[in-house]
Amino acid sequence: MQILVLVSTLLVLSLIGYYLGRSRAVASVSGEASRLHSLPGYYGLYVALWCGVPALIVLLAWLSLEPWIVERLLVASLPESARSLPSDRLALLLNDIRNLAGGNIVSRDVDPELRDAANHYANMRQIGTWAEIVVCLALAVAGIALGQRYIAPDLRARNKVEKVVMAFLVISSTIAILTTIGIVFSLLFEAIRFFRLVPPSEFLFGLEWSPQTALRADQVGSSGSFGAVPLFAGTMLISFIAMCVAVPVGLFAAIYMAEYAHPRFRAAVKPVLEILAGVPTVVYGFFAALTVAPFFRDSGGFLGLDISSESALAAGVVMGIMIIPFVSSLSDDIITAVPQSLREGSSGLGATRSETIKTVVLPAALPGIVGGVLLAVSRAIGETMIVVMAAGLSANLTANPLEAVTTVTVQIVTLLVGDQEFDSAKTLAAFALGLVLFCVTLCLNIVALRVVQKYREQYE
Amino acid sequence: MQLANSENAAKDGVGMPEKTGNLTTESKAGRTPMVVARDVDVFYGDKQALFGIDMDILPNEVTALIGPSGCGKSTFLRCLNRMNDVIEGCRVEGRISVDGQDIFDRALDVVHLRARVGMVFQKPNPFPKSVFDNVAYGPKIHGLSSSKDELEEIVMTSLEKAGLIEEVKDRLHQPGTGLSGGQQQRLCIARAIAIQPEVILMDEPCSALDPIATAKIEELIDELRENYTIVIVTHNMQQAARVSQRTAFFHLGKLLEFGDTDQIFTNPSVERTRDYITGRFG
Repeated sequence: MQILVLVSTLLVLSLIGYYLGRSRAVASVSGEASRLHSLPGYYGLYVALWCGVPALIVLLAWLSLEPWIVERLLVASLPESARSLPSDRLALLLNDIRNLAGGNIVSRDVDPELRDAANHYANMRQIGTWAEIVVCLALAVAGIALGQRYIAPDLRARNKVEKVVMAFLVISSTIAILTTIGIVFSLLFEAIRFFRLVPPSEFLFGLEWSPQTALRADQVGSSGSFGAVPLFAGTMLISFIAMCVAVPVGLFAAIYMAEYAHPRFRAAVKPVLEILAGVPTVVYGFFAALTVAPFFRDSGGFLGLDISSESALAAGVVMGIMIIPFVSSLSDDIITAVPQSLREGSSGLGATRSETIKTVVLPAALPGIVGGVLLAVSRAIGETMIVVMAAGLSANLTANPLEAVTTVTVQIVTLLVGDQEFDSAKTLAAFALGLVLFCVTLCLNIVALRVVQKYREQYE
Repeated sequence: MQLANSENAAKDGVGMPEKTGNLTTESKAGRTPMVVARDVDVFYGDKQALFGIDMDILPNEVTALIGPSGCGKSTFLRCLNRMNDVIEGCRVEGRISVDGQDIFDRALDVVHLRARVGMVFQKPNPFPKSVFDNVAYGPKIHGLSSSKDELEEIVMTSLEKAGLIEEVKDRLHQPGTGLSGGQQQRLCIARAIAIQPEVILMDEPCSALDPIATAKIEELIDELRENYTIVIVTHNMQQAARVSQRTAFFHLGKLLEFGDTDQIFTNPSVERTRDYITGRFG
């Protein structure tokens, strides 16, 4: 709460700094703004940045360091007997002190010593907060004063402000990249822990998936097996079915829209098709589990086929429907990007429209279309909700699309849902699966982007 | 695209094949014109782009269409093989016949028309295929060859006629897009003559090329005249004077003057033509 007030005060101060800086800049050339190096607004921004940025940086640093410093001081103030406790017991004690100071429930009887420590802690926090507020506001005011002093007609305010803006942009992109790297590393470390328990060869080549870990040695079914091949086979099967639906339908839709459709029809239908991409996958899951799967089961029975009510076919078909807009939208963009001059050249030679499409437009667009399809495949492999709801959980190693299969993503969900301990092979397996999945989709994406890029260079 | 012309033709009581005889009053030396245009109007939506164009294009001659930008010369050129069909809102009225056949006849397949009236575009537009496949494209879709050897012969002859064979004989199976601009344009010409058209339309074929490549194309046009009827749109006065036998001057969608190139360039009968040719406007 205090932080919020502090931040808004800093913003108000920056605003004041903006107006002060602006008017000072105008005053410094006695009203002839054209004699200034930059527009007056840049001088205002310059002062506002001087006011806000250092104060906010200090505030951030303070917020991240304060708890650690206060804890150090608190430990130092505790009696010798408490300080010599093992680290986990000490952490428990510190937690209690914090809870007591914060007015929460405490896990032990409150003795005067604890109460003293809690008071001390509360005091330190209080002092810390006030010091923080004072320091930040002082910095902000000092920043305004300093910025004001620098203002002169030949100050290159615009260039300086632009430099700061660029720094913001760099920081933002760094955050995005670092987050990705962080995710990869957390996956990697947990996966390594898993591979200490289960050898990678067994995980990657084992044919049986039954992720159990025994609580007691004599438990029934205590022997778990972590062979991921059935999962990958299931993933591939479902993705394959999905692509069999999505690629022809999506591609033909794209060809129609890009080459034949009336522009007005295209303008109306393309957004509608893209809405299909906006339907939450859970909804597709309902559709798969409640409509498509029973339909396949019943019509299979009619034909004398034995289709289980949770089949790879149902999940794959619905996933394919989900991916259609992906394929069609990407292919449509790529087909429209084929230069008109090629089409004219072809029809100028007496080719019909469909000959032109078959022999000139599609070959020219093919690399791009392949890239788009690969992106769609990586989407299919990573898709979870539809398969959870429609494909089932049994890890069958089968190529029969009429049976229930399971996929990598489904298993990750089931391994991590509910109360779990995070040091058994069962839960750690989820991270190993995630890592493999990540590697596969990463490779697909890299290949796809390469292909698309290469295609782009062709016409530029 | 509205095919008003067939009805008009019927109304006027002029049968198409016989009509060409009536319409050749302008032609000299009794030669039958290859392309006859009568009273051609073109509209883009509500805007009229061409007004009553009459023109006879003689066989084995180069006819140059000149005029300032937006005067309708490219539009007229594109009428001759009905490339305007694909443009949204474009409407052509009047009569055009190629070798005695009404090109707006409902019975006529536009694909066949375009096989007889080839086109070379302003910017070289080779397909992203090999040099060989670029030239073989037309013969393949029209089934002009019955065997692989025959196809190869057509391709080689076309490349030879386009004066490209020496430069590409070692790279027939490399992409046509890898050639230089001038070579690409000659490849497009080879591609057009591979389907043995009667008329070749060229829409500013040299505007994207350097002077040396331009000189080669001009030389080629002069050679091709022996076997084909050529209509060329150009912004380059010297080019028109160099390559063409007859010149048509368009201005604001009207055909102001049409006659022998020598006469147009030395002694134009219309004031505006003189102004344009001498560079006083446009």
